[in-house]
Amino acid sequence: MSDQVVINARKLTKRFGDFTAVNAIDLDVRKGEIFGFLGANGAGKTTAIKMFIGLSRPTEGEAHVAGFDVYTQSEEIKRNIGYMSQRFSLYNDLTVRENIRFYGGVYGLDDARLKQRSEEMIEELGLKDHAKTLLAALPLGWKQKLAFSVALIHDPRIVFLDEPTGGVDPITRRQFWEMIYAAAARGVTVFVTTHYMDEAEYCHRVSIMVDGVMAACDTPVALKQQFGADTMDEVFYRLARGGKRAE
Amino acid sequence: MIDVAHVSKNYGAVQALKDISFHVPKGELFGLIGPDGAGKTTLFRSLVTLLLPDIGTITFDGHDVVKDYRHVRRNVGYMPGTFSLYQDLSVRENLEFFASVFQTTVETNYDLIKDIYVMLEPFAKRRAGALSGGMKQKLALCCALIHKPLVLVLDEPTTGVDAVSRREFWAMLKKLKDEGITMLVSTPYMDEAALCDRVGLIQNGALLRVGSPAEITRTFDRPLYAATGIDTYALLRALRQAAGVEAVYPFGTALHITASEALDIAVLKKQLGDLGLGDAQVERIEPTIEDLFMHLMK
Repeated sequence: MSDQVVINARKLTKRFGDFTAVNAIDLDVRKGEIFGFLGANGAGKTTAIKMFIGLSRPTEGEAHVAGFDVYTQSEEIKRNIGYMSQRFSLYNDLTVRENIRFYGGVYGLDDARLKQRSEEMIEELGLKDHAKTLLAALPLGWKQKLAFSVALIHDPRIVFLDEPTGGVDPITRRQFWEMIYAAAARGVTVFVTTHYMDEAEYCHRVSIMVDGVMAACDTPVALKQQFGADTMDEVFYRLARGGKRAE
Repeated sequence: MIDVAHVSKNYGAVQALKDISFHVPKGELFGLIGPDGAGKTTLFRSLVTLLLPDIGTITFDGHDVVKDYRHVRRNVGYMPGTFSLYQDLSVRENLEFFASVFQTTVETNYDLIKDIYVMLEPFAKRRAGALSGGMKQKLALCCALIHKPLVLVLDEPTTGVDAVSRREFWAMLKKLKDEGITMLVSTPYMDEAALCDRVGLIQNGALLRVGSPAEITRTFDRPLYAATGIDTYALLRALRQAAGVEAVYPFGTALHITASEALDIAVLKKQLGDLGLGDAQVERIEPTIEDLFMHLMK
């Protein structure tokens, strides 16, 4: 992991009328870091992520993602990041290869590069016999691994993963995390949300949002020490149960 | 209370359930544990008379669920995985509607839902569609309980729910168990197995194991070790190459190592030291449900 900061936020705030969804959060995420972004349902995680990926304009404060300003350069941000969520990832009625080609096209890869990337990806994921299979027919775990690879198709500097492993079987969940480790080792910054607290332990650093505020942000080891807890599950429980805004 | 015997169900070429058999005694909290697509919903829908099994029988309180579906419907409370209440009725109206369908009143069985309903009471006039996720879940549970069912069937009540709300939900189930209600709960979270009296592990339509959490973890027939180190990813790759190691997976702060036979920890640590991983610690540990599940999946 390098010292280069690729996501930073200062007093980043989003209000909807009288409601302050995200309240003056500060954040520095480095190149190659696996950063766990945790919080209870309703704590403000999704609103914060939307500001980082250029989908929602902040009310106040500053933020830069991959060197671009979230107020004025949201298009540049979108070109330089990858995104996948549990809910929206790939198209079920396209085949594996068609999905890769579609996303490669959206991100502006030229034909030669796209051809090379799709063959590499199909090979790496062991999907050679399934390149022409409709996505609908693949097990959830395979889809999620493919969705992660597709989110990296344009070699983004940062990838945002919103609950990427929900409902996935325990072996595939771990294979997914190994893909995350490998991407981070190549210098990709991974910004990830999860409800699995064992996955919080796999992150280099973890932040926990409570009622729109950044209640804690440190390495899992330091957080456990600070709260005298054995697991991140316990740390999370102690911080988040005080939240008034629980969904 | 529930007896499932040799149940199979196909959707076209997909075998959703393969020869499933188990029973749940009265008053038990039974967990059906498995990932998405394992067959949990198909099994529960067959049990609550919303799907017909292709083969096999399910008995509910001594009644066949196909022949005597009316008895089942009167005596089961079912909370599906997706929110299925009336979005444009208020909290109170939903509750009264479900009570009237079962020819009872909210007051008759109020004791059963009281602890949960008091959390909803401030929003009694709000439309169900305008509730937050946690509140919708509490209302759905109240509506499933209002006719005082013999059996409560909950399909993935904690999926997508944060760790704090998950704990609260299980605390509510524990209280209902003390009321004598038999419960079947499905979940993709392996750690929730420990909160059940007995569990069934399900994968690709097949039941891999049934028993108490302690009983089934005892069937893990390999030595298991935990390894920790500063560079977890380098340690993971090194351990996969080590002699006698069958599988290595991340487990929270540690890596779990399944070995074909007992490992000599001193020898292993020396090998790791030669690879520049001298800080690594390795110790023998007891398996969890998740270790067993992963072992059985292979």
